[in-house]
Amino acid sequence: MQHFLIGNLTTDALPHQWFTLGGTCFILLMSVVVVLFLTYTKRWKWLWTEWLTSTDPKRIGIMYIIMASLMLFRGALDAVMIWLQQALSSGASYGYLDPSHFQQIFTAHGDIMIFFVTMGFLFGLLNFIVPLQIGTRDLAFPFLNSLGFWLYVAGAVFINLFFVIGGDFAATGWLALPPLSELAFNPGTGVDYWIWSLQISGLGTMLGGINFLVTIIKMRAPGMTLFRMPMFTWTALLSSSLVVAIFPILAATIALLWLDRFFGMHFFTAGFGGNMMMYVNLIWTWGHPEVYVLIIPGFGIYSEVVSTFSQKKLFGYYSMVAAAFGITGIAFVVWLHHFFTMGAGADVNAFFGIMTMIIGIPTAVQIFNWLLTMFRGRIIFKTPMFWFLGFISTFTFGGIAGLLLASPAADFQLHNTLFLVAHFHTMVIGGALFGIFAGITYWFPKVTGFRLNERLGKYAFWCWLVGFFTAFTPLYLLGLMGATRRLDHYDAGTGWQPLFITALIGICIIGIGALLQVLQIFVSFKQRKENRDLTGDPWNGRTLEWATSSPPPHYNFAVIPTVESRDAFWNMKQKGLTKPKNYQDITMSKNTGLGIYLSGFIFLLGFAFVWHILWLGILGFAGAIICVIIRAYDDDTEYVITASELRQLEEKETLH
Amino acid sequence: MKQISKKLKIILPILLVAATIITISLLLRGHNFQLLNPQGIIAHQERSTMFTAVLLMLTLAVPLLVATFVIAYKYRATNEQADYQPEWDHNLEWEFIRWGLPAAIVVLLGILTWNTSHAVDPYKKIDPGTKTLTIQVVALQWKWLFIYPGQNIATVNFVEFPQNTPVNFQLTADAPMSSFWIPQLGGQMYAMPGMVTQLNLMADSAGEYAGTAAEINGAGFAGMKFTAKSVSSDDFNSWLNSMQATSSELTLAGYNDLAKPSEYNPQAFFAPVEPNLYNEVIMKFMAPEAGQDADMPGMHM
Repeated sequence: MQHFLIGNLTTDALPHQWFTLGGTCFILLMSVVVVLFLTYTKRWKWLWTEWLTSTDPKRIGIMYIIMASLMLFRGALDAVMIWLQQALSSGASYGYLDPSHFQQIFTAHGDIMIFFVTMGFLFGLLNFIVPLQIGTRDLAFPFLNSLGFWLYVAGAVFINLFFVIGGDFAATGWLALPPLSELAFNPGTGVDYWIWSLQISGLGTMLGGINFLVTIIKMRAPGMTLFRMPMFTWTALLSSSLVVAIFPILAATIALLWLDRFFGMHFFTAGFGGNMMMYVNLIWTWGHPEVYVLIIPGFGIYSEVVSTFSQKKLFGYYSMVAAAFGITGIAFVVWLHHFFTMGAGADVNAFFGIMTMIIGIPTAVQIFNWLLTMFRGRIIFKTPMFWFLGFISTFTFGGIAGLLLASPAADFQLHNTLFLVAHFHTMVIGGALFGIFAGITYWFPKVTGFRLNERLGKYAFWCWLVGFFTAFTPLYLLGLMGATRRLDHYDAGTGWQPLFITALIGICIIGIGALLQVLQIFVSFKQRKENRDLTGDPWNGRTLEWATSSPPPHYNFAVIPTVESRDAFWNMKQKGLTKPKNYQDITMSKNTGLGIYLSGFIFLLGFAFVWHILWLGILGFAGAIICVIIRAYDDDTEYVITASELRQLEEKETLH
Repeated sequence: MKQISKKLKIILPILLVAATIITISLLLRGHNFQLLNPQGIIAHQERSTMFTAVLLMLTLAVPLLVATFVIAYKYRATNEQADYQPEWDHNLEWEFIRWGLPAAIVVLLGILTWNTSHAVDPYKKIDPGTKTLTIQVVALQWKWLFIYPGQNIATVNFVEFPQNTPVNFQLTADAPMSSFWIPQLGGQMYAMPGMVTQLNLMADSAGEYAGTAAEINGAGFAGMKFTAKSVSSDDFNSWLNSMQATSSELTLAGYNDLAKPSEYNPQAFFAPVEPNLYNEVIMKFMAPEAGQDADMPGMHM
């Protein structure tokens, strides 16, 4: 009976270690603060109707970015804990974490930073900017967009849920390679939490990818041919098509791992004919392109930023697009470089090594293009340009390290070392995250109607850059000394401790940078009157998102603009702007809470699988299906803004 | 006042950089950069691959990096003398240069990659003229078991071999996947349950080298270290003799005990060794008997 009701749950699953107690208390405290705040300011209804149930991509975009920022602090806390352990745990000292706990932390750190921070920021920016850039009012599938966001939130809650129930997370590394992640070696619920967190948020990502692919292909403003699309939209398109291609692989792979764990099957087990290297191959056919999903939109952001602040057309648009296509395509045929040490023959290894190096060509072409865009420009050094130059400085080293790792002969030595760790942090922080920060600073006035404080932004940038080099240069050196990654302890005789301490100092500097960014947002909000932008075009922009007011009305454009060239808005300005007044009725999608309910039921299903609770699983599954049916039979999902209402809205806007 | 602050703006970064370089060199004094300090033929070739590749890439990366900052400085908005051509967005010569230059570097890198991949292929026997020593390696939770099939001895977390003699390591695991690595002698190779991989290494000179597990494999991962000792062939022979004289036998039961999870395992020595032990360790993952769970570590064979 007890098993029927609560499955494998016992009182052991309640928080009792210091970190689960701490985590639970923190979660409770934050919930209480939020609840009190909302009740005190009477904002419950506002929150529900205006935000949570919204299908407006701009609102969903902002919610993505808020969620990703919260998760960034969780992931950064993990990073501090990892390096604190490594700074302490030398010789006779074994640090403050036991090995298994340490391993859970770096696993969570990796998964959170990839799935919930970088992907979250990315989808946030895509949601807000892409519809504006292509001159449309909504995504192709507004409900799917809301659902995708709420699945992402469910996944994020799931990855933190072990604090409250369960007490352990996967101690396997961020990809949970078997047989270590199989029941024989990880019998707890940690790996199950890992599986369902990724499965649920991955489903959301896949829906998002489909949505953007269709939106960009089908819903561009009249006249915007493919080769008139802004570079950021191009990269969004390529990144989304990568998502659609690879996320099914991830879903299938971890579903097989789950079958192993739940039903005792043997896809990847050590014995009974299971093959762990099958998993490693599959997970990396997803995992490598995934890195490009993160970084390609970053390239798009840099293209917009460099062109705008150089006050010049983007140089070599066609080769830029070709390069982005090249990177996207080759991304599929390089996965084996993550495990040259599997024992494949020299021919196979050399093939994958050379394919990887070929990616260096389009990447270098893009850098050339940005340089030539600045060349003969008039560069205004606002914060986004700082992030761009920071990106070039870090990415060059990261790229060299990457091509070095692509050579099997070198990789046999560098694989699984801190050199590798330093390399991919250079790419993800210097490439993707700096790009995201550049993008957020660049588009912030579009989102809020006021600019971010420049001075604090630059201080934050310098902290990030200096902190970055302080944190990761020691890791490159440690790798060359033969330090493997994921060490919870090392001999004093190695002499590595000062370098680990330096790395810890580095992340503290980065932490100051992140706090300055928070401060920047508060200060900018307080000074919003001085920083207000009433034109909708604070940077003298070139693309359509600057053609509408800041913040844009919920319908984006009262009249959908007609595009006659690349850099559409720039050319409109050259010809002299006129505000079109030929208003027509427009159809907008209604808000709906169904996405929240549906992802809630899927969350319950995942929870039931983790703890083997049959009735809850049936409830979750049936609830999810019923939600889908309700949505499918709901014909009342849109509303109309009539031309006269639109005229009133627009005239009110001009009066302001 | 303004001039002083301008001077400070230049001096301060220089001082900062200088301080950084001094701190780093102090921090690094006396460290063993194992990857750059090879003691074996394979590690030598791997290091020279790294150097060549980095040099090749720097020929493109350094000019690019310098150009970035020069251009950014020259075309700053406040410099009104600089050329400004807001519509200049394509140029055929530049098209060739920016695709051609990286492509040329990548062609060279590709040739280097192809050749070195084959030169240091871990499966390739080193110098087939001389006699090769075969050592079977079993990754356990969390220690390394070395079996010398020809000498009928076994060791834990310690492996000894003669210098200038090719050693053929045959790797498997009776545990989650591990990666076998002696940085100063050469690169890594995975050790996987139910499978055998190979790694051929050869030490140039006598010495003790650090060996380690490089792939996360559970709680005892950080303690899964071993010493690789290379000695003259006379010393090796006398070590073998003393091993045979003083060590205890490794039986099947003893192996099952040894295979149980343990952390920071001390070195251990065995002679003689249960015949065919290595094959049985591999085969138990191939065809387990009915009712047995092949996943369970330390199972009966």
